[in-house]
Amino acid sequence: MNINLMVNGEARRVEAPETTSLLEVLRNHLGLMGTRYGCGLEQCGCCTVLVDGEPAHACTREVGTVAGRAVTTIEGLGSATDMHPLQQAFVDEQAGQCGYCLSGIIVSAKALLDRNPRPSRADIVTALDRHLCRCGTHQRIIRAVQRAAETLRNGRPS
Amino acid sequence: MSAPVLPASLVDNPRLDRWIRFLPDRTVRIATGKVEMGQGVVTAIGQIAADELDVPFQRITVLSGDSDEGPDELYTTSSLSVEVSGGSVRLVCAEVRAKALERAALRLNCSRDELSVADGQILQNGAATGQDYWTVAPEIDLSQAVTGTAPVKPVSAYRVVGQSVPRVDLPAKVSGAAFAHDVLPEGVLHARTLRQPSRGATLESLDEAAIRRAARGELQIVREANFVAFVSPVESVAEAAAAAAPRHATWKNARRLDPVQQEAAWLEGQMSDDRRLGAPPSPTPPERLVTATFSRPYIAHASLAPSCAIAQFADGRLTVWSHGQGMHPLQRNLAEALGLPVESISTRHLHGAGCYGHNGADDAALDAALVARQLPGKPIRLQWRREEEFGFEPVGPAMLVRLHVDIDEQGRPADWTSEVWSATHVQRPGNGTGYLLATEAMANPPPDVKPFDPPEARGGGGTRNTVPIYDVPAHRVLHHLVLRPPVRTSALRGLGALPNVFAIESMIDDLAARAGQDPLAYRLSILSEKRARRITELVAARANWSARGPAGTGTGLGLAMARYKNRAAYAAVVAAVTVQETVRVDRIWCVADAGLVVNPDGARNQLEGGIVQAVSWTLKEQVRLDEHGIASLDWESYPILRFSEVPEMEVELVDPAGNPPLGVGECTVGPTAAAIGNAVAHALGVRIHDMPLSRDRIMAALLKG
Repeated sequence: MNINLMVNGEARRVEAPETTSLLEVLRNHLGLMGTRYGCGLEQCGCCTVLVDGEPAHACTREVGTVAGRAVTTIEGLGSATDMHPLQQAFVDEQAGQCGYCLSGIIVSAKALLDRNPRPSRADIVTALDRHLCRCGTHQRIIRAVQRAAETLRNGRPS
Repeated sequence: MSAPVLPASLVDNPRLDRWIRFLPDRTVRIATGKVEMGQGVVTAIGQIAADELDVPFQRITVLSGDSDEGPDELYTTSSLSVEVSGGSVRLVCAEVRAKALERAALRLNCSRDELSVADGQILQNGAATGQDYWTVAPEIDLSQAVTGTAPVKPVSAYRVVGQSVPRVDLPAKVSGAAFAHDVLPEGVLHARTLRQPSRGATLESLDEAAIRRAARGELQIVREANFVAFVSPVESVAEAAAAAAPRHATWKNARRLDPVQQEAAWLEGQMSDDRRLGAPPSPTPPERLVTATFSRPYIAHASLAPSCAIAQFADGRLTVWSHGQGMHPLQRNLAEALGLPVESISTRHLHGAGCYGHNGADDAALDAALVARQLPGKPIRLQWRREEEFGFEPVGPAMLVRLHVDIDEQGRPADWTSEVWSATHVQRPGNGTGYLLATEAMANPPPDVKPFDPPEARGGGGTRNTVPIYDVPAHRVLHHLVLRPPVRTSALRGLGALPNVFAIESMIDDLAARAGQDPLAYRLSILSEKRARRITELVAARANWSARGPAGTGTGLGLAMARYKNRAAYAAVVAAVTVQETVRVDRIWCVADAGLVVNPDGARNQLEGGIVQAVSWTLKEQVRLDEHGIASLDWESYPILRFSEVPEMEVELVDPAGNPPLGVGECTVGPTAAAIGNAVAHALGVRIHDMPLSRDRIMAALLKG
């Protein structure tokens, strides 16, 4: 069936069964490869996107349930040559090794900073605790979110 | 004058154009056989080339892991990339720079001594000449073999090496497609497998109709002997088929396991190849023998992404894109497994999730190739399922380490025996010591693997870091290479270093306690190695060791130190822990000596990553078995350290003091585990000898204490 979605601010129409996962639609129908498969079990956070501003696991979310809602993926923040302050902060802090977990983490951090522009370290840890990072770059990631929060508070456009 | 000794990589790949090319867009393409796994090697290799050529870093691109165009440097392992590949690139670039200056001198009709290079431009007595690498490159014969005779720059002339240049691959990874998993060629077909449950198991029946009903979409079922794959243009259809398949398949001769085999204690008494290394047996009976046994269970690489590969078989040529650790070995292994000429196969590296050793990456590449061969012309994207990665990747071997230490009247070690039980630490495919997984499912599976552990000349496997760094008059190793472990085992970050350093550094703390000495003072009293003393003293100062409190209060401070492989980087670690029902690591201090560091921030990132992973292994991780095989198949049954559990860290690299570079990816894991073990013993007043330091073990230790 045809499903109408709002992805990264653009109206998109996909033809897929409504039980198809949002992850498969984003990647294989819309070519948005920054949202990643990790476990399919809502356990690792690699596939995190925002649905109406709230973090959601795209791996188990049926696309039919997001019809008419606003979906934000990592590509909706910025590109490699035109980065969102969060993405830039991750590069500035070199907050990553393999990088597989990062797009989901950055998307979750976006939701956090949207509702809390001045998060404490504990707030960041709580917001990111649903995400796994196997390379051990957690402390750099926390610093990157703090740096981005500061940049955004100082008036850089988001 | 005798010819210089070339690094193995240059002996194997002597032609200069295997390493360097000048491209028309005024960039230089450097090629390496080592691959990026998140450790920053591509950036570091580019830094080395930029310095040696005098070309801006931005004009260097690095081709990494390409069987057609790049050098064969085997696998990316053992913290050797900067040392070996970086050292080779340095010699190649020095030689090409010298050749470019020779050509320019001829063109300019001047002496070579008047010429220099800056930003890729050739200068004569400091003035522009209009010549640069790209104008003279057509006259340089890069098909020549490297001689290694061109002088390399002195360390004092480095400008890019030693700088924390940002990783070149990171911007893509924080913004969109970046991995092998993200490649979707036109007309791609998605594939998933049904895995043979164990070597020797045969597929008796497969209810294809039932699987097709479950798949609910266009599906091809590819079979070759006991290998089965489900292929569809729709990824979720292939996934649904694979998810349903185990219920509709019956296997004969599947191996049955006993959960008791998951414990390291099971290893003792199993069939093994036994050897003694080092000192002969002590001629006199021990006078004051101290014996203790330590263990580490099977642990998983637990890559965040399941393995994935893309393969296409067209016009007799097979092309495979993989995130494996060595593209030339993969090319050879695929040729052997598929019975194809090596020349007909191209293997290309694409980035994957961190692997930290030998995971499912290579196996997924053969799986994809098997499907591609049956569906010629079609690009096949084969991805393992989450439970497949946990269930079928090789795991890091369980180890049992028993130390027998005879001490002298002052309580110092006089005679030391390290007894190690472990399955092999390396079953990488090739040479009969390991196979790509799906070869076991073919009609004519390869013979059983030949039990093999890396020789001590390469750092050893189970014996890695068995030799204490302290002043020990007599040391020997009794190595029991266990021949038939319950699961496939292979390389995981540091191999045997973690259990061995855990054992040694725990023993040292216990010996200090016997001697009535502080662990730091005791270590320094038996440690002559200057670089080791320096970092040990430094880390103790950073952690304010002298203010360490009494034992048994529930909080603890522990110290440990080692030189990785007894020949690579040094790391000293202090851990601060709080122990209630579980262990919480509050803070880690680390001081490392890695000699010359190409990219300091990149090196710190590796040190930090090794620490966090070792905290996770030490506190939480164990691969569990049931009668069918590996039973920890998701992140709930195989938990790893989370954001809320990661310690604060202070990591420091000491001044290189003129020492050459040593890889840093693995040097922190042993000292971190041992420092935690010592801190927990300090907190509880009683030692836990077996990893992970779980709630059950703490409770048992408290009851015993």
